Amino acid sequence: MTDQPLLIADGLSKNYGTRIGCRDVSLEVYPGEVLAVVGESGSGKSTLLGLLSTELEPSAGRVAYRLRDGRVADLASLGAAEKRLLMRTDWGFVRQNPADGLRMAVSAGGNVGERLMAVGWRHYGNIRDEALDWLAKVEIAGDRIDDDPRAFSGGMRQRLQIARNLVTRPRLVFMDEPTGGLDVSVQARLLDLIRGLVAELGLAVIIVTHDLAVARLLSHRMVVMRHGRVIETGITDQVLDDPREPYTQLLVSSVLAA
Amino acid sequence: MNAHAVGGMPEITYNFAYLDEQTKRMIRRAILKAIAVPGYQVPFAAREMPMPYGWGTGGVQVTAAVLGPDDVLKVIDQGADDTTNAVAIRGFFEKTARVATTTSAREATVIQTRHRIPETPLSENQILIYQVPIPEPLRFLEPRETETRQLHALAEYGLMHVKLYEDIARHGHIATTYAYPVEVAGRYVMDPSPIPKFDNPKLDNCPALQLFGAGREKRIYAIPPYTKVRSLDFEDHPFKVQRFAKPCALCAATGVYLDEVILDDKGGRMFVCSDTDYCNGRQEAGHRGEMAAPVGEGA
Amino acid sequence: MYVAAKGGEKAIRNAHALLAKRRRGNRNLPSISLAQIAQQLTLAVDRVMAEGSLYDVELAALAVKQARGDLIEAIFLIRAFRTTLPRFGYAQALDTAEMLVRRRVSATYKDLPGGQLLGPTFDYTHRLLDTSLGVADQANEVDDQAGESKTADDAAAPVSMPRVTDLLGQEGLIEGAPADDGSEPFDITRAPVSYPVDRSTRLQTLARGDEGYLLALGYSTQRGYGRSHPFVGEIRFGDVEVIFDAPELGFEVSLGTVQVTECQSVNQFKGTATTAPQFTRGYGLVFGQCERKALSMALVERALRWEELGEERGAPAQDEEFVLSHCDNVQATGFVEHLKLPHYVDFQAELDLVRRMRAEHEESRRAADMKEAAE
Repeated sequence: MTDQPLLIADGLSKNYGTRIGCRDVSLEVYPGEVLAVVGESGSGKSTLLGLLSTELEPSAGRVAYRLRDGRVADLASLGAAEKRLLMRTDWGFVRQNPADGLRMAVSAGGNVGERLMAVGWRHYGNIRDEALDWLAKVEIAGDRIDDDPRAFSGGMRQRLQIARNLVTRPRLVFMDEPTGGLDVSVQARLLDLIRGLVAELGLAVIIVTHDLAVARLLSHRMVVMRHGRVIETGITDQVLDDPREPYTQLLVSSVLAA
Repeated sequence: MNAHAVGGMPEITYNFAYLDEQTKRMIRRAILKAIAVPGYQVPFAAREMPMPYGWGTGGVQVTAAVLGPDDVLKVIDQGADDTTNAVAIRGFFEKTARVATTTSAREATVIQTRHRIPETPLSENQILIYQVPIPEPLRFLEPRETETRQLHALAEYGLMHVKLYEDIARHGHIATTYAYPVEVAGRYVMDPSPIPKFDNPKLDNCPALQLFGAGREKRIYAIPPYTKVRSLDFEDHPFKVQRFAKPCALCAATGVYLDEVILDDKGGRMFVCSDTDYCNGRQEAGHRGEMAAPVGEGA
Repeated sequence: MYVAAKGGEKAIRNAHALLAKRRRGNRNLPSISLAQIAQQLTLAVDRVMAEGSLYDVELAALAVKQARGDLIEAIFLIRAFRTTLPRFGYAQALDTAEMLVRRRVSATYKDLPGGQLLGPTFDYTHRLLDTSLGVADQANEVDDQAGESKTADDAAAPVSMPRVTDLLGQEGLIEGAPADDGSEPFDITRAPVSYPVDRSTRLQTLARGDEGYLLALGYSTQRGYGRSHPFVGEIRFGDVEVIFDAPELGFEVSLGTVQVTECQSVNQFKGTATTAPQFTRGYGLVFGQCERKALSMALVERALRWEELGEERGAPAQDEEFVLSHCDNVQATGFVEHLKLPHYVDFQAELDLVRRMRAEHEESRRAADMKEAAE
């Protein structure tokens, strides 16, 4: 980790009509750091992820990002071309439902290769070799390269989605409940895999989860959200072992009780 | 159009080449813009035409806009001058513009085509006008126009290569046989209309002006004369055209596109030129294929 | 020896002669007159005018006859004619509050200024086949005076009939009608449409859209796909004057009247942080008496406004690009039917490819067999 933040959110708010999605959220993410955003459903954590990744437009506030050339850019000021280039090279987005993040009718190899072709790779053999390499990294057998994800199990689809996102070696990856909807044993294997890749590639990750065990296992720091606001933030182990806010205490104890 | 009440029912007369001059001017502006930005799909306010959408309304409007009284028009469909739709469109312009028509690719100044490029090389004083059903090469990968417009604007064509990648992964080679996507003048990816990919090389560095009209989708695009047109491919899987095992059974031509004709119900078949004008010309010049009528009998 | 199939020209001539013969049917029967079509198949004529986007009863009747009763074909004929007409300018917006009303019903108020006027409608008829209509020309099929008001026409006496939405508007209970900013509306017949579109484009596209398509989409919103809780505030049908500003003359000219059906739906709306809760509207306006179409149009129009009203999207009827780019039946029928055109060249390319791939498949299978046998 360096002392220069990679992404800075400042005073982010988002309203949906009279409903508040997110209110006055500020946070920083450093290179190589995993930040968990936890809270119950409806707490505004998915809205926050949408705002940070520029998929949603904020009602107020701004998001700044340190580009590869060291320049810090206000994301709202980037042109469409710059933003899209950023999204397909420097960023990744792993969705809860793999069907939203994969092309389900395209083969595993095509899914992984798409970003490469988008940045100009034009040698079929090289694209294929790189795809095979990444499939191996996410523990998908090479002979499945020409199968499309509809033939894959939930855990495999999620691992494929991760490979598809990491193939251009992004610096920041957004993850929205990546282990949601998977069996417990499958979850554990996936979490191990993510933890390994994050460490190996030095990725910064912003992960949204309602599962404190996921936050404990993957994240360095965490923020707790309630009613659209950040109510507590700190080093993960500290927050989980010694929560200050009564609401966080309730969250932690309910997990322990279960 | 003018309508005069005669005996209760209006009598209707139409302008030269059917469209009014205002409409033609609007279409010509779109054509000029298309020529200025090769391969870019220019939206235009396509009119309802007296033939159905999907049957060549785009090509007909472009032809109507560029046609002058001295032009000589040729219309082909599937390479042939005598297919019913070609006959109908030629008849339309004979009636509304009273221009001379021909079946000869050499004599024509304007050629409207559906699905083929003539085998006879085109020249600088000719315009080739294509009928286009779906102008958007990315349509079947991304159905939304709002999205495809972005992709073109940002020259994001990775998706197009995903399609080609999938072909090679599944079939060992690129399995797109017609409407094969091309890159025009190093910038826009373009659908050349459903011509067989066999014809793609003819798009490149062509001396004639090539215009593409899509009526239902309201788009016009163009390849100016002598423009670089490259069929998309991979470095290790270069673009290739199909070859036919036999020459034309009527005129013995090789290196041309052939139609398969079923002769009987026992599997008998023959291959003949899809371009009827080219085939007739060769036969008149004395070339004889294995199933041609003997000299003197006429075919 | 082989001779390529020729004679496309002759075949087309013969086919068209045969079409004319079939159109005429049995020559012992009198040919149907345009006046008969216009008077007795009024709703068919109305639909052709509405979706053909041309108000001309006589030409629409001719199109119905020429199309042998195929209404989409008739609409197509009218459109191909309409496209050649010169454009003089734009009339003033129709004032439907000043309509000479022939029918007007509101589902939201039992009674209202101007009253409910049932008028000519299939509503409340028993759908029993009426064999008396099958008997040729009974002199007194219907009592000439039946249902007619005392004035010579079936129009209501000119009492004031304010629009229901205007009544709601006085209380501020419904969003205001979009203000006329004086700008010329977008003209979908003169300029290419680009998505997303403005309201005038949306309404024009829907007004000439296919009745069956809009009916199905409107229906889908009632069944939960983009629910908007509609009420028929009012549906009215009658004659409206068309007024044209002639700048050369310096005054307004009345060009005559057209019959239109207007439907305004009143829909639920929760309000936003900045606006108090109020009803919203969906709008339908169609030439002639086309109530099913006007009502469906209002439902779909309302569904398409999800974004400006901050609603959630997810239903087919809310997808602007999908709904608007597929609602024109002349475009749709042309493209679907073009599949009948020859595709020899493309098919040849596919044929060739399938053969090659089958050969490759066979080869690799044989190679595998050999290898197995050798082992």
